[in-house]
Amino acid sequence: MHDTVKSFQIREIVCIVCPNGCRIRCAQTPDGLQCSGQKCKRGVDYAAAELTHPMRSLTTSVKTAFPDSPVVSVRTDGEIEKAKLIDVAKALGQVIVEHRVKIGDIIAKDICGTGVNIICTSDRLMHP
Amino acid sequence: MMQEQIFDVTVIGAGPAGLAAALAADHAGAKTLLIEREARLGGILKQCIHDGFGLVRYKEKLSGPEYAERFIEQLPQSGVVTWTLSFVSQIKRDGTDSILIVITREGMKQVRTRSLILATGCRERTSRQIGVHGRHCAGVFTAGTAQYYTNILGKLPTKRCVILGSGDIGLIMARRLTLEGAEVVGVYEAKPTPSGLTRNVSQCLWDFEIPLHTSKTVTRLFGDARLAAVEIASVDACMCPIAGTEEIIPCDALILSVGLIPENELAESIGVPIDAKTKGAVVDEHNETLLRGVFSCGNALHVNDLVDYVSESGEIAGKAAASRSNCARGLVPVECDNSLLYIVPQRICRNAEKQDRLFFFRSARDMDNATLTITKGGNTLYAKKFAHLRPPEMERLPIRLTPEQLVGNEPLRFHLEDSEHA
Ligand SMILES: Cc1cc2nc3c(=O)[nH]c(=O)nc-3n(C[C@H](O)[C@H](O)[C@H](O)COP(=O)(O)OP(=O)(O)OC[C@H]3O[C@@H](n4cnc5c(N)ncnc54)[C@H](O)[C@@H]3O)c2cc1C
Ligand code: SF4
Repeated sequence: MHDTVKSFQIREIVCIVCPNGCRIRCAQTPDGLQCSGQKCKRGVDYAAAELTHPMRSLTTSVKTAFPDSPVVSVRTDGEIEKAKLIDVAKALGQVIVEHRVKIGDIIAKDICGTGVNIICTSDRLMHP
Repeated sequence: MMQEQIFDVTVIGAGPAGLAAALAADHAGAKTLLIEREARLGGILKQCIHDGFGLVRYKEKLSGPEYAERFIEQLPQSGVVTWTLSFVSQIKRDGTDSILIVITREGMKQVRTRSLILATGCRERTSRQIGVHGRHCAGVFTAGTAQYYTNILGKLPTKRCVILGSGDIGLIMARRLTLEGAEVVGVYEAKPTPSGLTRNVSQCLWDFEIPLHTSKTVTRLFGDARLAAVEIASVDACMCPIAGTEEIIPCDALILSVGLIPENELAESIGVPIDAKTKGAVVDEHNETLLRGVFSCGNALHVNDLVDYVSESGEIAGKAAASRSNCARGLVPVECDNSLLYIVPQRICRNAEKQDRLFFFRSARDMDNATLTITKGGNTLYAKKFAHLRPPEMERLPIRLTPEQLVGNEPLRFHLEDSEHA
């Protein structure tokens, strides 16, 4: 994935912001970050973040106390550091939902000190 | 004699395609029935808990259940009659009406409908269809089955697995199983390039340092009651294993992500002509099949990679089914050569009021700076350049075609040309 052209380090990054999945070639030059291959400006922001502090949203499930739906799906309501994905998923392995929550309800606040909340993404507990 | 219930539009399948079709038909004033064999609405989206749904339609990154709920929550305010836990066992034709025998909780029911929409989704290819040799032991299942166990039943189906095939569901499950604490040894793909979306290779494999091995396949299975190991070998350009490249990988599961096939048992039972390329029905731009009054949409029509287009295809079918007439369509065939994997729709109505037509296609291979041309007889009707085309990424192409351009019975021919050959 790494090659060097004109003495600048080139890195190819796949933008995951939209389904186009543009392959963006990035180079840190004395004039700043140079990008090519992105179909829109959001790709440049994504590449800049990716090179310094990659962020991701997390989708997973947590256990419930209800036999009709033993798990319910959840996600982060914002992005967390990519390096924390596994830790947050592990922490959520300890959570058990004991109320019939609906889409958007908060399951866990400020998970692992990331500042983001975990919210429910399914209404299956509302329609047993 | 069962009492017959009469509807203008009946939709079979309440996944995203069927939900959108039923709501669109209702909106257009049709008396609409929606039939689903499962207890819950939403189809396969119920188990797709990852995000990325609705990016095109809502400009939001929704999970599958959240996306489905946007449609399900509109049903109570609509006039759509919904039957869940109901299975269509037989369809008969009476002129252009369809007569359905439906098995429901209250017993057998008979439905007469003016328009029928088939939104039955797709199913996954299994090991039988790809011919992996060895004992048939527990531990060999599809990525969709792994997804159902993990996301609906809350049971981790493996501790250490190999994924065969690089379809999107396999890539999504590689990440999902890793997050749940299982070890994914690697994703093995017989073709030289991955078949899933590039963004999924990036965010599901690279993010978790899961290796992707292309031009490799599983050649043998080992184990008694439960799978204990698989043999992997490199393949040549003809997909034949290369002797001497075998390696044995201990694992308790082999997860298959080797493709989806449109589900068309019901369609075939009434003689709806099927396209050998898409494995779905042959349709016109309103998603009406060659049988008048029978429509197809969503993944039953062709396997889509974005749910947003699945909903759109349901809406096209629902709207057309509500207002359909039996006037001659003046069908013009639409064909493609082997530079495209397929083209949908496969017919265009010369007599249609609307001149804006929507096509969906996939290129046959990776192409850069490709030019798409549409010809009819000797005339080029349309040309467009594409910077990149990849078979996993479906292209949506709205084109205006006038009645004058559609005169004559010669087919519309779609062709792609690489820059190298231009
Ligand atoms: C396992 C799996 C995972 C997938 N994951 C993704 C993903 O992550 N992202 C993505 O964009 N796409 C995914 N897809 C593709 C997915 O199918 C589409 O995005 C979308 O769900 C298709 O919608 P649909 O309405 O056409 O079909 P479906 O969602 O499959 O819905 C079809 C419905 O028809 C019902 N049905 C079928 N036959 C009958 C019958 N005879 N009588 C009554 N009801 C019937 C079924 O029960 C089902 O509810 C996946 C497909 C599969 C098979
Ligand atoms: S660069 Fe723009 S168009 Fe390309 S994937 Fe990113 S968001 Fe989508």
